[in-house]
Amino acid sequence: MQANQDSDNFLQLNLGPSHPATHGTLRIFVKLEGEIIRDMKLEIGYLHRCFEKMAETHTWNQVIPFTDRLNYVSAMMNNVGYVMAVEKLLGIEVPKRCQRIRVIMAELSRIIDHLVCIGANAVDLGALTCFWYFFRERENIYDLFEAACGARLTTSYTRVGGLMADLPEGWVEWCRKIIENLPRTLDDVEGLLTTNRIWMDRTRGVGVISEARALEYGFTGPCLRATGNSYDVRKAHPYYDYDKFDFKVITQTAGDTYARFLVRMAEMRESLKILKQALDDLPEGPVNVDDWAITLPPKEKVYDSIEGLMAHFKLIMHGIKPPKGEVYSYTEAANGELGFFVVSDEQGRPYRVRCRPPCFAIYQAFPEMCIGQTVSDAVATLGSINIVAGELDR
Amino acid sequence: MPEIDTSLLENKLPGFSKEFSGEILEVRDYHGDLTVVMSPKIIRKALSFLKTQLNFEVLLDVFAMDYSKFEPVTPERFSVIYNLYSLSRKRRVRLKLYLNEQNPEVDSVHDLYASANWFEREAWDLFGIKFLDHPHLTRILCHNEFEGHPLRKDYPSDGYQQLRKASASLGL
Repeated sequence: MQANQDSDNFLQLNLGPSHPATHGTLRIFVKLEGEIIRDMKLEIGYLHRCFEKMAETHTWNQVIPFTDRLNYVSAMMNNVGYVMAVEKLLGIEVPKRCQRIRVIMAELSRIIDHLVCIGANAVDLGALTCFWYFFRERENIYDLFEAACGARLTTSYTRVGGLMADLPEGWVEWCRKIIENLPRTLDDVEGLLTTNRIWMDRTRGVGVISEARALEYGFTGPCLRATGNSYDVRKAHPYYDYDKFDFKVITQTAGDTYARFLVRMAEMRESLKILKQALDDLPEGPVNVDDWAITLPPKEKVYDSIEGLMAHFKLIMHGIKPPKGEVYSYTEAANGELGFFVVSDEQGRPYRVRCRPPCFAIYQAFPEMCIGQTVSDAVATLGSINIVAGELDR
Repeated sequence: MPEIDTSLLENKLPGFSKEFSGEILEVRDYHGDLTVVMSPKIIRKALSFLKTQLNFEVLLDVFAMDYSKFEPVTPERFSVIYNLYSLSRKRRVRLKLYLNEQNPEVDSVHDLYASANWFEREAWDLFGIKFLDHPHLTRILCHNEFEGHPLRKDYPSDGYQQLRKASASLGL
């Protein structure tokens, strides 16, 4: 932190880019009058890796590991969002089992993302206990991911036209056991925070944004739903049979930090509902589309037949070649609408991949949410809008 | 010039084709995505019409494209795409406009939709598209000393540039 006195008696304070409250690399520059923020400037880009440029020099499947590093708190959702866009361009539909597994992974990721957001938000405001409670559950879910795909954080689980692998034996029962324990943790944290006087005083009326302004800024996801708008891609434009699951869209009206906390807490319970239904009704069958121009042939075919060997070789060396065209595909990620606009020129590599990150739109409104409040309120607000620098800067 | 499917447009965006007849260059419905290619001059009018008359409350995204290596050849090298969403009608539309190579510039829409501000800065940073009357058209993702626009097709994919001196103040 640096501070220097301005000529007109304002204090200029620099937070970040490396500051514990930013949970990433963001730079916030504020002008203070006493303790009140009078003006604020943001500098982003500290984690910019030009994902969109890198995607242009790799095959369609090689882009998937890059998507892990967008919102690294819920990597599975980025994997799903990206391959959905490519599949839309190819005009294919993945098998039901694959869709259901993707839903399970996405909902588990949503829970993790909300756990991290609320846990870290509470830590910033001095409530360390909830963080430990939540991170215990998060570790359990990461164990599940590890069992399914070998990686915890950077999963790269999906492939265009399917998945890297089917679920291992016993995974579904294990997952059931883990999600059975989750409501208890949620109850514990609700008991600690929801009606906690200090928590309420620190979060109510803090970082307020109205529904109209939120829409103006292009908010989506929990931050928009905390203002009273019920837009949720899973309900408005259902994909992967989301319309067949029984769950509610959670809204609050206050638009403040407390409302965002309540929305996230309740959304985790809704995700649990979806998870239970999806696990109970997991269809049997293949997880990959049966088209060797898109997914790798089974290993025995590669070893035993010339067609299989050729298909394998072609796919690894030249990649998938979607028809010429451009599509936009969108999913409800933990922070809001995560969109991918992909363009193919049939050369085996994306001509353009555009990622529409929900954070980018939300973070833009941060000064408006903070001006007139104190620096400690800004910290509370920043935690509640869940800015993930990997997704913000790409 | 291709025939414009006004019935499709009239069905999805009532009144739009009448309001902007002659300025619409192409209408496409590909995999359920409606794309309207327009002349860049009337972008502000078109967006405010969509916002006020047709309830497109949210501007989800603004981004640019460089078509210089694309086949078939497009009318101009650059394009800017506006991705709009209507909550009440649950409808999406993409407005697309082509900008020429020598002078890629278009009016800013930051005052129509607040979300456009940073998205336009990003398009300037990565593609060098100039948004006229933008209040603060500076680099947003790349650093201040960066030269060139990295997402242009003629920028090398390994063209790393190192920052020598970080800015101490962001100038409030």
